[in-house]
Amino acid sequence: MIATLGSIFLTLALVCAVGGLVVLLAGRRSRHDPVRAARGRLAAAGVFGCVTLAVVMMEAALIGFDFSIRYVALNVNRATPLVFRVAGLWGALEGSILLWAWVLTGLTLLVAVEYRGKHSELIPHVLTVLLGIAVFFVGVMVGPANPFARLPVPAVDGRGLNPLLQNHLLMAIHPPFLYLGYVGFSIPYAFAMGTLLSGRHRDEWMTITRRWTLVAWTSLTAGLLLGARWSYDVLGWGGYWAWDPVENAALMPWLVATAFIHSSMVQERRRLLRIWNLSLVIVAFLLTIFGTFLTRSGILASVHSFTQSWIGPLFVTFLGLATAASLLALLARLPQIRDEGTFDSPFSREAMMLLNNAVLLTMAFTVFFGTIFPLIVEAVTGAKVTVGPPFFNRVLVPLGVVLLIVMGTGTALRWGRSGAEEIRKLGWLGGMTLLMMAALGFAGVRGAGLVALGAVLFMALAQLGEYVRGAGARRIATGEPWPTAVRMLFALNRQRYYGYLIHLGLAIVITGIVGSQSGRIEVQRQLSVGRTMQVGGYTLRLEGLEALPGPDKMVVAAPVAVFAGDGTASAGSPDSTGAIELLRPSENFYRQARAPVATPAVRSTWREDLYVVLMAFDPGAQSAVLRAVITPLVSWIWVGGTVMVIAGVLAAWPSRPR
Amino acid sequence: MKRTRLILAAVIVAGALVYLILGGLRGAIVYYATPSEVLAQGQSAVGRATRLGGQVVPGSRRRDPITLELRFVLTDGKATVPVVYRGAPPELFTEGQGAIVEGTLRADGVFAARSIIVKHSEEYAPPKTP
Repeated sequence: MIATLGSIFLTLALVCAVGGLVVLLAGRRSRHDPVRAARGRLAAAGVFGCVTLAVVMMEAALIGFDFSIRYVALNVNRATPLVFRVAGLWGALEGSILLWAWVLTGLTLLVAVEYRGKHSELIPHVLTVLLGIAVFFVGVMVGPANPFARLPVPAVDGRGLNPLLQNHLLMAIHPPFLYLGYVGFSIPYAFAMGTLLSGRHRDEWMTITRRWTLVAWTSLTAGLLLGARWSYDVLGWGGYWAWDPVENAALMPWLVATAFIHSSMVQERRRLLRIWNLSLVIVAFLLTIFGTFLTRSGILASVHSFTQSWIGPLFVTFLGLATAASLLALLARLPQIRDEGTFDSPFSREAMMLLNNAVLLTMAFTVFFGTIFPLIVEAVTGAKVTVGPPFFNRVLVPLGVVLLIVMGTGTALRWGRSGAEEIRKLGWLGGMTLLMMAALGFAGVRGAGLVALGAVLFMALAQLGEYVRGAGARRIATGEPWPTAVRMLFALNRQRYYGYLIHLGLAIVITGIVGSQSGRIEVQRQLSVGRTMQVGGYTLRLEGLEALPGPDKMVVAAPVAVFAGDGTASAGSPDSTGAIELLRPSENFYRQARAPVATPAVRSTWREDLYVVLMAFDPGAQSAVLRAVITPLVSWIWVGGTVMVIAGVLAAWPSRPR
Repeated sequence: MKRTRLILAAVIVAGALVYLILGGLRGAIVYYATPSEVLAQGQSAVGRATRLGGQVVPGSRRRDPITLELRFVLTDGKATVPVVYRGAPPELFTEGQGAIVEGTLRADGVFAARSIIVKHSEEYAPPKTP
């Protein structure tokens, strides 16, 4: 029943989307056609309504254990808690495409309603592009990836969600953020394409989509951050980023979108880079499709497994079509797109932004190259290889240092042509950075870490300098006290000053990355109950083994008392008095999985994380194998990332009408 | 004149980037291999970063309680490679099961594993029909 209804709603959604496309494409290309616009709006509403009903059906099936549906039987079982039954929607391929389509059609309707009666030449084209994308995603579901496909015989119980996903609450919210980020870039793309299709090359698409781009970028940032945190909390190796293709798939559009956000400012301020910006937004969009394809097609396992499913080739076809259509539209209009502004001086903010674009795109290309290199090798030679983290680190670390220096310099310079004041500013920044680097060197920081931290300091000081300078100017002009002056800066120029705050958040994140890459200590030891092990400045003592049966899983925990220093003074005591913390690393045995999933226990401070994983245990011998990892400054990544996300939200927040 | 200089600068930058990327690849490529492939490659496989996948031969697992060295033999049914690993294995590592080890083949024919990989790529693959 649910399955039939779901399939019907999806088919209706496809009919609405195709119908809307036909109406929009067939209508007269008159300058203003309210009927056509109204029909486009109706189609957008129809598609969204039908996809929403399909989502409701899927959620009803997941929550209500309808095991006659294959997707439900594979991703839920009777012991799955409610929150993970709801999240089961984005637990596997078909469901995530449904989520993708839902977000996309929701945004499409939002665009149709929000700009009703405005930009009347542009919006029909924008809706055409958005409905075209929707036709693909809904079509995939009506075809090979039908989430409502039924089992020949209904299952008695389901297999259940992948335990790695069910083991952490973040997994319930990480994918929606990522998808909102991915799908969000369809909006600036559709406006850019709409501009090309309508043949009227004003910059309005960019102004209109600015906030959309910021929202999409912020969601993608949040998605990346949550993914890294999930990896740290669940996978049990003490790291947060492994240069796994799935991670790279989200990082590539992020890098290109970051480049676009900056170069679009150059276009708005200086009337430059029009073709460049159109190209960037197209690339960012194509990368989101490529990312979805990469993570969901099975090509990562092998080029060979990929050809066994219909979904991969379909995605490749869509990617090819979208690339060809975008290129054709761009090339056809190329002679008509002219930059009105002139590029005055390389010693200017726009020059630095151009340089920043070059570096960001090189980074994106590096990630792309490292991700697809194994596929090329396998296709050509048949050998299965993987490109390890050393490649990414070796190429991206120097590029990152250059990027930080460009960020700092660009913030200090002015638009157009900089003068003596800016040279003085840069001198100050450079001098202070060198002083602080000397202090760090004195404190024992050496080598690549010192260079990287120096670049971070330079960048961060440049941002702080802007706050001081801006607030100082206000104080002189209005006599406001410092706090008011700073608050007014944020209130009057949100995007600029929250933008600097995003930069500062990034500085904190990179400090965390540099720290966590440089001083990692890892010890793995088999311990009997009551025995201790040393790791860094801590002594760990295994206190026992506990089995805790639960409804959906069986948990085996190994309480570990943590003592500071060598712990000889207090670790001798029979109870855990004197312990600075009692950690409870555990292993979780899910019904649906043969192998257990570990839940590491972490003692986190601003200086370092102590991360303890229960690797194995032996109830007979009352012993356990513990892995303890000390990683400096990891928490800075979460703090800095949170700053970036909050500042991103505030930058995109609509200003109060003045 | 100005154009030539611009092109020259672009070529130099592009060259530097190509060098950076290709240079970065050196030593960062890890080969997947089965025991028979490793043996077939002979000397050329020695010292190369490899991910070796196979079944743990039942009864081959030996553990030195003092040095914590773990020795076992991996097979793909046709050939076998002895493996040595320092440290405790992950929980799901059992004889007769599949395992992937990452490390290098030593000149004496023993594979020195730096890590035993816990496969966690399951969630990325599309679910197979039951």
